[in-house]
Amino acid sequence: MTLDAMKPGQECEILDITAEGIVGQRLMDMGFIPGARVKMVRNAPLVDPVEFLMKGCHISLRHSEAKKVEVKPL
Amino acid sequence: MSDSKKLIVAVAGQPNSGKSTIFNMLTGARQHVANYPGVTVEKKTGSFRLKEDRVELIDLPGTHSLTSYTQEERIARDFLLNERPAVVVNVVDASNLERNLYLTFQLAEMEIPLVVNLNMMDVAEKRGQKIDIENLSRQLGAPVVPTVGNRGKGKKELKEAILATSKEQQATSFQIDYGETLEPALNSLEKVLSEDTGFSARYPLRWLAVKLMENDKEAQRLVREYSKKSGIILRLAEEKREAFARDQGGSPEKIIAVRRHQEAQRIVETCVTCRKDIPGTLTDRIDQVVCNRYMGPIILAATIYLIYELAIVQGYNITAYTWPVLAWSRDLIASLLPSEGFISDPFFRSMPLWVTDGTIAVLNYVPIFLILFALIAILEDTGYMARMAFILDRIFRYFGLHGQSVLPMVIGGLYVGGCAIPGVMACRAMKDEKARIATIMIVPLMNCLAKVPFYVLLIGIFFTAYKGVTMFFIATITIIIALSVAKILSLTVLRKKESAPFVMDMPPYHLPTIRGVLGRCLERTWLFVKKIITIVIVVSVIVYVLIYFPGISKERKSCYMNQADQAIQTFFKKIGKDNPYAPLLAGDKSTSFATYWGDYKKARMGAKGKEAKESIDQNFREKNFEFFKIVKRGKYTVEGKAIKDKYAARIYKAYKKLDKKRNRLRREQKEETIINSFMGRAGRFMEPLTKWAGFNWRINIALMSAFAAKESSVATLGGIYQSRPGEKEETLEKRMKEKEKGWTALHVLAIMLFMAMYPPCIPTLLMVRLETGSTKWMLFATFYPIVLGIIIAVLVFTGGNLLGLSGMQAMIAFYILALIFLVLMGLIKEEPEFT
Repeated sequence: MTLDAMKPGQECEILDITAEGIVGQRLMDMGFIPGARVKMVRNAPLVDPVEFLMKGCHISLRHSEAKKVEVKPL
Repeated sequence: MSDSKKLIVAVAGQPNSGKSTIFNMLTGARQHVANYPGVTVEKKTGSFRLKEDRVELIDLPGTHSLTSYTQEERIARDFLLNERPAVVVNVVDASNLERNLYLTFQLAEMEIPLVVNLNMMDVAEKRGQKIDIENLSRQLGAPVVPTVGNRGKGKKELKEAILATSKEQQATSFQIDYGETLEPALNSLEKVLSEDTGFSARYPLRWLAVKLMENDKEAQRLVREYSKKSGIILRLAEEKREAFARDQGGSPEKIIAVRRHQEAQRIVETCVTCRKDIPGTLTDRIDQVVCNRYMGPIILAATIYLIYELAIVQGYNITAYTWPVLAWSRDLIASLLPSEGFISDPFFRSMPLWVTDGTIAVLNYVPIFLILFALIAILEDTGYMARMAFILDRIFRYFGLHGQSVLPMVIGGLYVGGCAIPGVMACRAMKDEKARIATIMIVPLMNCLAKVPFYVLLIGIFFTAYKGVTMFFIATITIIIALSVAKILSLTVLRKKESAPFVMDMPPYHLPTIRGVLGRCLERTWLFVKKIITIVIVVSVIVYVLIYFPGISKERKSCYMNQADQAIQTFFKKIGKDNPYAPLLAGDKSTSFATYWGDYKKARMGAKGKEAKESIDQNFREKNFEFFKIVKRGKYTVEGKAIKDKYAARIYKAYKKLDKKRNRLRREQKEETIINSFMGRAGRFMEPLTKWAGFNWRINIALMSAFAAKESSVATLGGIYQSRPGEKEETLEKRMKEKEKGWTALHVLAIMLFMAMYPPCIPTLLMVRLETGSTKWMLFATFYPIVLGIIIAVLVFTGGNLLGLSGMQAMIAFYILALIFLVLMGLIKEEPEFT
């Protein structure tokens, strides 16, 4: 499954980043790399974007960006 | 001084690492803000002495990484690459070491002597983290200095480390092992790169090799432009990348990022002992409310309202206190200039006063700016700004904007009353270049404070029954139009602009410091004042010329002069030859009496209450007792005795008539001058065209004069709609209604809509030029609103006339039309394209 399909409170491990170029680089720079553990915190009031917690840092992504991250729910 | 060395030191760090605090701590007040050449990213420099050397400190943009994808990262990287600073100070958030080290590694790769500054040690300690500094320093191969930037702790040690590192001139030996899948490729690339010795002396080779494997466009450009062996190098890099992708089933940049994160994790595990993963519990709890589905929007709306209330409403109230200061300085300037003539003022009086008026009209807004900038700094520092973007992004994205667009729009006047200048300035924080330019372009469509008097005037005349509704219409139609415009722009002219992923940090909340907030607010205000004032002066001179030249013919002038002379003769005849006051008013002395008369009237008009009036009287009595007798109509006291002075009374009566005549002549002459001026001619010239929008030449002139500053539109209208000779002085509303009997509500609606779309004032345009870094965008921002305004005005006026709509019907029809258009625009899908 992909990161955008996660429900609030759900945790997962990243398997792969399928985004290329700037989106992929930016995701990886922020720590979205294979093996990292991510917790979905909440959707924004209008559903998009979505907030994640990773290693104590809160990061928000648009769903279209989160879709480019393959994950395995824990 | 002269033989001291200049050390260039750069400060780099991730956003929210406290980089600017450290920068301030090191330099103190000696700072200078400019832009990096050709771009709109702020470049802060400061200097301080370090033993016998003078250090020039450069604040690099805060970045998470050093790729070539974003402007900030390119700037930081190019600076390190081309300027080769003696030392780079890497400010690191000690409480968030693992993430921050990701940048540290990349700085180390650039082979510039590095000082790692562990900032916010207090936060780390509070979270129960213990950092083995010695171990960290050994592993990184660079000095590590702990500080608490906002309390100035560690300043001395940091300076010493900078000095020691600059003396050694030794880059860190630290290197990331990218693993057996990548290292061989890096080695062979490094080897080829080193063959061109001229090139290899200039650039860090391992860094270049890594960048080439990452398929970094800028690194490729460097090689292509500066290396003699570029063909071989680029071909080899391409081969290696392909081979890697084939063998490993992924891109090299992925493995590079993974290795950096792994290395950071490894170092943190060996150097930091802590109770893990508890940080931000308070932030979590706040966010549960602030980002909540129901509470979030409410809190956001309340915050926006508060900003509006504090800055725009209260700030405007403060101007009531600062205005007298500005008015006083205007009077001071006026008193230094040649005195006014009887019916026309000398050029060297009226022109400087015109310029002064234009300048203080802008300076008048300084209190608003101060409050606004302070509030923005608070929003940034607390971390709420990121939450605003988080909550609103969805709506704004439909129109090619960004969640961060809301703040500039609020400041610009999302509802009624704002200012486009700080609005455009507030766009600076936006990272997404495409959305940023789109926002800059639409902020001036918001209703700034200067447009409001114009609306109020027109609504007061023609929409008296629907004042509230009309104001609501104007306030919201601008938002509807602005959003549609943003979408159109992003689909057309902005299509090719660099967009950025949303990926955004939501930093932990923290209390802003007074120093930080005040510092930034003063700095931005000062920057604004400095930049704007000079240009406003130049532009208002030009507008002055356009409005007052070429002036009226000699015959007309002498006609006015004759009338004036006659009036003066009548005056002297009336007061009688034997009047003892007559010599006081003869020749040159008449001017000083005229000034006295005017000042007294003005003072009495502003005075409230009996006491204030008495003190004014006392004042003027002391200034000139003889004149005082006249302005008091001959009724005054001498040593407690009331005196009735019939000579003075007679002068009062005659002078009052003369003054009235004089004012009328002045007004008539001014009106004729404006009509005859370049702008007046242009206004009449355009009438055949603008009549389709319902504008006659008078409105044309007023609208054109608004270009200098919108405040002046009402003043110009005041100048054009004069009372008829002999009539009682009426309010501008009544005068306009009188003169424009043929006007319908449709005329007025068209004019108001044109004003709503009015091009930005000159100071705003300058800000647009500054923030976009391009004259083309400035010109675009000037002309598209004119075209748009005319289209809308013609649509409403001619369309409404053809359909036989009343003003209200046309308003509702247009509103519905605009709403439908907005929804259609929002529905057009625009997939972000990233290079």
